[in-house]
Amino acid sequence: MVAFDFEGQPAFLDEGGHLLPGARTPDPEFALRLYRQMLLARRLDIRCVNLQRQGRIGTYPPGAGQEGVQIGAAMAMAEADWLFPTYRDGAAAAARGQPLDSLVRYWMGHPRGGIAPEGVNVFPFSIPVGSHIPHAAGMAWAARLRGDPACAVCLFGDGATSEGDFHEGLNFAAVMGAPAVFVCENNGYAISVPLSRQTASARIAAKAEGYGIPGLTVDGNDVLAVHAAVADALGRARAGHGPTLVEALTYRLGPHTTSDDPTRYRSADEESAARAREPLARLATYLAAAGLLSDEDRERAEAEADARIEQAVQAALGSEPPDPADMTAFTVAAEATEAKGGKAHA
Amino acid sequence: MPEQTLIGAIRDGLACALAADPRVVVMGEDVGRVGGVFRATEGLQERFGAERVVDTPLAESGIAGTAIGMAAYGLRPVAEMQFMGFVLPAVDQIVSHAARLRARTHGRYTAPLVIRTPYGGLIRAPELHSESLEAFFCHLPGVKVACPSTPRDAKGLLLAAIADPDPVIFMEPMRLYRSVREDIPDEAFTVPLGPARLARPGRDVTVVAWGAMVPVSLRAAGEVAGEGIEAEVIDLRTLAPLDEASLVESVRRTGRAVVVHEAVRTAGFGAEVAARIAEAAFLHLQAPVARCTAPDAPYPPFLLEDRFVPQPADVAAAIRSVVAF
Repeated sequence: MVAFDFEGQPAFLDEGGHLLPGARTPDPEFALRLYRQMLLARRLDIRCVNLQRQGRIGTYPPGAGQEGVQIGAAMAMAEADWLFPTYRDGAAAAARGQPLDSLVRYWMGHPRGGIAPEGVNVFPFSIPVGSHIPHAAGMAWAARLRGDPACAVCLFGDGATSEGDFHEGLNFAAVMGAPAVFVCENNGYAISVPLSRQTASARIAAKAEGYGIPGLTVDGNDVLAVHAAVADALGRARAGHGPTLVEALTYRLGPHTTSDDPTRYRSADEESAARAREPLARLATYLAAAGLLSDEDRERAEAEADARIEQAVQAALGSEPPDPADMTAFTVAAEATEAKGGKAHA
Repeated sequence: MPEQTLIGAIRDGLACALAADPRVVVMGEDVGRVGGVFRATEGLQERFGAERVVDTPLAESGIAGTAIGMAAYGLRPVAEMQFMGFVLPAVDQIVSHAARLRARTHGRYTAPLVIRTPYGGLIRAPELHSESLEAFFCHLPGVKVACPSTPRDAKGLLLAAIADPDPVIFMEPMRLYRSVREDIPDEAFTVPLGPARLARPGRDVTVVAWGAMVPVSLRAAGEVAGEGIEAEVIDLRTLAPLDEASLVESVRRTGRAVVVHEAVRTAGFGAEVAARIAEAAFLHLQAPVARCTAPDAPYPPFLLEDRFVPQPADVAAAIRSVVAF
């Protein structure tokens, strides 16, 4: 990961979890909420990797290390806002209210998995990289046309910024003044290809200049910084000032998916250096130093998270087998599945 | 009932939809201020405003993808792709998202949008402005494909497509934009997506066509009528869903079938029509199903297009061949 000076951007915690000089002291209750949500996501992620290794779910793309971006962004959103996630954004989806068992069911290959319940405005995971960026632009623009306060938050990786849909989506949103926040989880790699082979631009945030919108880079492993940056961008969007591109620097601690072997393209030194900066431990260090999280508190939080995860995993694994009729039942609206013919008339 | 051209009927249909439903947004390249390169949207921005009839950036994937987000949120976008040859950058959005959003969320999210696209040849257009790509979209469960050949069907099918809860590819035969006229009602009406139309009754052979190939087939039918061959012409109007029942009913009566399309032959939609006939009317057939199509080649520069796209004489020859079999 490239060292970077975040001067002028929201920043709270240094790499060691110390409150940066001049940083506003975070609200203790809110900081603890962020911690618990990140902890839940991390432990669910680890559990999913284990379930895959046991052959109980399919290929899984671990998100460990990127919770700072995902939770920071998701927790900045208002209830009416819509989240447009990628396949690695289960942490953000869960933070927006996607049930954990639904996430596990999705990676089990169960057709009833991954569907947000009514009232949870989470779009299905985008699988083709970057192709959901125009959806966020369109949803946000539609909300503006209708006079609703809803905004879009779109998550994507650094690789997605090479896709045409990144350009088309940001350009549309900028031209239309759509209330959308585009959050790039820049983890330095698109599977194996490093950022230097993805773009010659020094910063992904710099691409915002080309669209005439604000762009900023924050430390994605500082969840408080991501939260502040996205909240600020959402405030601007809601006030009618259009979209923002937020680049959050982070690191994928695990492989691209359970089928990937990152030792083929990353060094052990690099990985251990990244591990030392990871967002969950960083926040925990801060909370402990601030007297907000004792060892006992932490153990209790971990046990609570594990209990929720266990319940979700059991619910998912105990799902009714999928109904083969579901394969075709939802192709088009039920009232319109048959061509009503018989004999052609003039 | 005023007389309308096919493009006038489309404009009229768009105006009806914009007036009746505040969720409808017409969008695309040049659809606003200039009223579309063919003038299909002429006057609509003046009447309904720049937030209902929207000039978008020049980006087909962006148009389709943005329309998906708008539709999922509750609007009814009607997006124009300027020519069917330029729909290709949007295919990922249509295939990966529009076609399957309902299925992958069991109806929690849907994409009720219409993509209007002028298609087809014989207008002396530059390269890649004459494509007929219906087979791509008919191969795509979750998407409907309509292709009118008359002003009445153009307006009625368009209004049905806009009202439809699923994505519809609406193919407009450029060749017929101003060459066919018909008295049609001023007010809104729908022609349901699905049922085929009997364009000409006949007892000897069934000719199946859509879009610009319908009048070509009718001329061919007129030509062979002088030889004592009564050709029935069926205008499918909607390719997906396909009105298989009407098709089969006709072929069981006539025992012979010719499918006509201006798209290339191999894996064209005519192959699907022929297969359906073989599956459901095999024992009624007096001859193999004939396909009268463009050859398997890229659409040529326009000095050759009359040789590429089936002409009435080609269809008449195909009719004679199945009758004489």
